Amino acid sequence: MKFASRMAATAALLMTTALPALAAGQLNIYNFGLYTPPDLIAKFEKAYDVKVTVTEYDSNETALAKIQAGGHGFDVIVPSAYIVPAYIQAGLLMKSEPSQMSNFKNVKSEWVDVSWDKGRHYTVPYVWGTTGVMVNTKVYKGDLNTAAIIFDTPPELKGKVNVVPSMNEVIDMAINYVGGEACTTDKAVLKKAHDKLMEAKASWASIDYPSFEKFIKEDLNASIFWNGAAMRIRAENPGFAYGLPKTGYPLWQDNVAILADAKNVENAKLFLNFLMEPENAGLVSNYTRYGNAIAGSDKFMDADVLKAPELTIPDDLKSSAHFLTSCPPDVQQLYARIWTDLTK
Amino acid sequence: MSGPEIWRRWALALPSVVVIMLFSILPLGVVLVYSFLTPGDFGNVKWIFSTEGWFSVLFERNIFDDTISLSDANLTILLRSVLLAIVTTMITLVFGLPTAWFIATRAPAQRNLWLFLITIPFWTNLLVRTIAVQEMIRSEGVFNRILLALGIIDAPIQMMFTDFAVLLGMTYVYLPLMVLPVYAAIEKFDFRLAEASYDLYASRFFCLRRVILPLIRPGVIAGSILVFVPALGAYVTPRIMGGGKSMMLGNLIDLQFGQGRNWPLGAALSIALTVLVLLALIWYTRLTSGRKENDHV
Repeated sequence: MKFASRMAATAALLMTTALPALAAGQLNIYNFGLYTPPDLIAKFEKAYDVKVTVTEYDSNETALAKIQAGGHGFDVIVPSAYIVPAYIQAGLLMKSEPSQMSNFKNVKSEWVDVSWDKGRHYTVPYVWGTTGVMVNTKVYKGDLNTAAIIFDTPPELKGKVNVVPSMNEVIDMAINYVGGEACTTDKAVLKKAHDKLMEAKASWASIDYPSFEKFIKEDLNASIFWNGAAMRIRAENPGFAYGLPKTGYPLWQDNVAILADAKNVENAKLFLNFLMEPENAGLVSNYTRYGNAIAGSDKFMDADVLKAPELTIPDDLKSSAHFLTSCPPDVQQLYARIWTDLTK
Repeated sequence: MSGPEIWRRWALALPSVVVIMLFSILPLGVVLVYSFLTPGDFGNVKWIFSTEGWFSVLFERNIFDDTISLSDANLTILLRSVLLAIVTTMITLVFGLPTAWFIATRAPAQRNLWLFLITIPFWTNLLVRTIAVQEMIRSEGVFNRILLALGIIDAPIQMMFTDFAVLLGMTYVYLPLMVLPVYAAIEKFDFRLAEASYDLYASRFFCLRRVILPLIRPGVIAGSILVFVPALGAYVTPRIMGGGKSMMLGNLIDLQFGQGRNWPLGAALSIALTVLVLLALIWYTRLTSGRKENDHV
């Protein structure tokens, strides 16, 4: 999700009209923008003599709506953990039993019994990451591991802050900041978070998925952001650093699954198994700059990715993480109301 | 007209009638039905009748103490949308009318070239054009750099992510939609009438107000509708130029179908937007059909 540039994905969507070629074997993948390594696809095509077509989307919601509408022709999809239950509940995913596949032994144990797909009957882990705060240290000299950068913006950053329009992540972080738990039903806490957001908004420049250029050229100097994306920005402008709020921050994971109405089921299963190979998981991490869930992939990863501070959660901040989930429907409605008020 | 003649006309019109019914009336019906259902847990709808969606268009139950009041957020967004659409229409008119006049008064061979130039922006995708405008007004963009170099300002002006930016983007995008119908009206204008008014000692302003404007009014009104209607439902421009901090109706509807997971509210808002557009069109037909009586006043 947490990908590089939503804009690029949108532009790509509008400009490409790629039709799948009629090769012997085909596989149609539907993934986030700038999230599918070209070298990985080339390797898979060569190994299995399959013609792969990748189509990109910009958000989980867009993808779900398209799959629900039917007639999409995709075989493989990459939903984030929080939305996987929505897919399963609507019967959109195939019970492909990745846990029976030969490479499943490589999946790190902590990623097997996950709440959204216990025992991995539907999904294979793709990459995981954190949602934290990225800031330009040329302008801001204070503590990195605080959400105060966003919610009590210091004077030097006023008017240069961005917040990504990812409702649950932003509201979760605000609730944590005022001392509550994500998806809380405590109205007093929600009110505090609401008021804090409304007050903070005055210091923000935008609520947007900005292009990386805006940070690299320092039009924007701080943002709620994702660790892999922050690392890509640091590579272009070394002033930027990434921190994890002590008060709490979301952890997330994106997963690969086969769609219930997939046409190329065998190729899709080959692909899922292929992704759990350590070398291939390494390719994915090198490209997306996010961590993967496959043991032994380390030796195939670039040194700068392995050593990146963005990809390592400091021990003292581990307990502040919560896994990003979808709230119960009634809480989700409250979130939407707070969000509407924030962006009105 | 004889009986068979009428039937033939109907038969000829049938394909377009079917297409209109199938692709505009039917989906609208679906949207209307959805607006009276209950939101599903992960988007979509549950088939349980509810007026909550329509209630939420204008009212809100305070999430913190359950009191009912007018929906401040939705009304702010509605008001902003209508206001920005009206202002966009007025600005495009102020810039579009002289442009159309200029083109219509060229030699016929030249006119085609000018009209051709006006349509060039349509060749490029709306998204690309909007991003181009954004490049101009960024803090490090063309405008700010020129102003800084000329010493007119000391620090870049924050133009991006403001209502001004949205207005600029929309004016740029919708200007051709105003120029073309106004041009068509001016082209038909009999310039001897203007000469006649001068002969009768009309001032230039008087001639414009009492002779030219009444005669090109249908073009002006058509252009205004063509600009006002899409501006009211604009989605891409406010999202990119406004920086997502202040939504318009199109963005509010998108939120309900996406992260908000409240399809009935989204459907109700869509119908509300359609009704607004319909009202504008009714007003338009009234204005144009009432023209003849008014001419004698």
